[in-house]
Amino acid sequence: MIRPKGPGSLLVIVPALNEEGAIAGVIRAINSSVPGVPVLVIDDGSVDGTVFQARAAGAEVLSLPHHLGLGGSVQAGYKLAYELGFDYVIRIDGDGQHDARDIPRVLEKLMTSGCEMVIGSRFVFHHGCGTSAARSAGINLFRLVLRPILGKTVHDPTSGFVGVNRRALDVFGRSFPLEYPEIEALVVLQRRRFRFEEIPCKMRPRTTGRSSITPLKSFYYLTHVLLGVFVNVLKYDGRRRVPPDGPGG
Amino acid sequence: MEHLLDLTTALSLLLLVLVLASLRRAHIRVEYSVSWLVAAAALLFLSRSPGVLRVIGGLLGISNPPLAMLMISGGVFLLIFFRFSVIVSHLRDDNIALAQRVAILEFHIQSFRNHGN
Repeated sequence: MIRPKGPGSLLVIVPALNEEGAIAGVIRAINSSVPGVPVLVIDDGSVDGTVFQARAAGAEVLSLPHHLGLGGSVQAGYKLAYELGFDYVIRIDGDGQHDARDIPRVLEKLMTSGCEMVIGSRFVFHHGCGTSAARSAGINLFRLVLRPILGKTVHDPTSGFVGVNRRALDVFGRSFPLEYPEIEALVVLQRRRFRFEEIPCKMRPRTTGRSSITPLKSFYYLTHVLLGVFVNVLKYDGRRRVPPDGPGG
Repeated sequence: MEHLLDLTTALSLLLLVLVLASLRRAHIRVEYSVSWLVAAAALLFLSRSPGVLRVIGGLLGISNPPLAMLMISGGVFLLIFFRFSVIVSHLRDDNIALAQRVAILEFHIQSFRNHGN
């Protein structure tokens, strides 16, 4: 039973979909990096042994009744963490690409800076795993678009290695992008005048499974995210009918 | 082009029959059938009323009644599709919120069970 242990309590969430080959290693790495910190795997409708592997490795599992997509999964984890009373949540991907040894630094930055979000960035000091030319071009485009909106440069706007505090949990529980959430989430934070920081982190190439990214999906991703950013800039709270704990898109 | 009006009449009748049959079999809810029924009735009326079409066409700057019929039909269906996109978006939001709530409640129930054992 996961419960926050006093002030400054941390929960690590791991959204996962069909990651049976990597999930146990990710959980062991988290336990080794931050012993005693509860790990919550959010299973987005896996059809393989992800849930079994996660439980066997010692994690709690939040099983979604059907596939919601990355944003819906992460938001479910944020809602649960907020309800349980956690002060900080760090999200790490279930495919093993993020280095769990960076978690303590993300937490320290969250606690000391007072900002609402800390992003583990591959590009703060221009290192990280090899990124394709097309992906780099996309990231550069997002940086250009986000710079005037956020008022500062975000080096790695697509990073899924993110820590948030309780204020951000409250906001994201009510309003969170459902597909490709990383970039739009920054705009959601900006609308609340919240702050974010980046710290350099390493990223490893995927060890198991296959990336589902194709050129067509990349184009869809680019269009979807840019549209989502502009919609988030334009809209204000109360314009839409949103249930009390509904997704905010 | 006059065939276009006859074709619109036939399609409007087909749409009316289709929607009414779907209503009878409970394949479509009444509140979602109203848009289609109103659209089908309006298109049926317009396709049989060249005089009215000429007036509307004149207002739109279109002298040819069948062409005006085509434009009006396109506009009506665009509006209906947009309305249903809004409805689907709300349903999707509600569905996601419900799925998350179900998952969280199941998590709490499981935790209490494990804690009780």
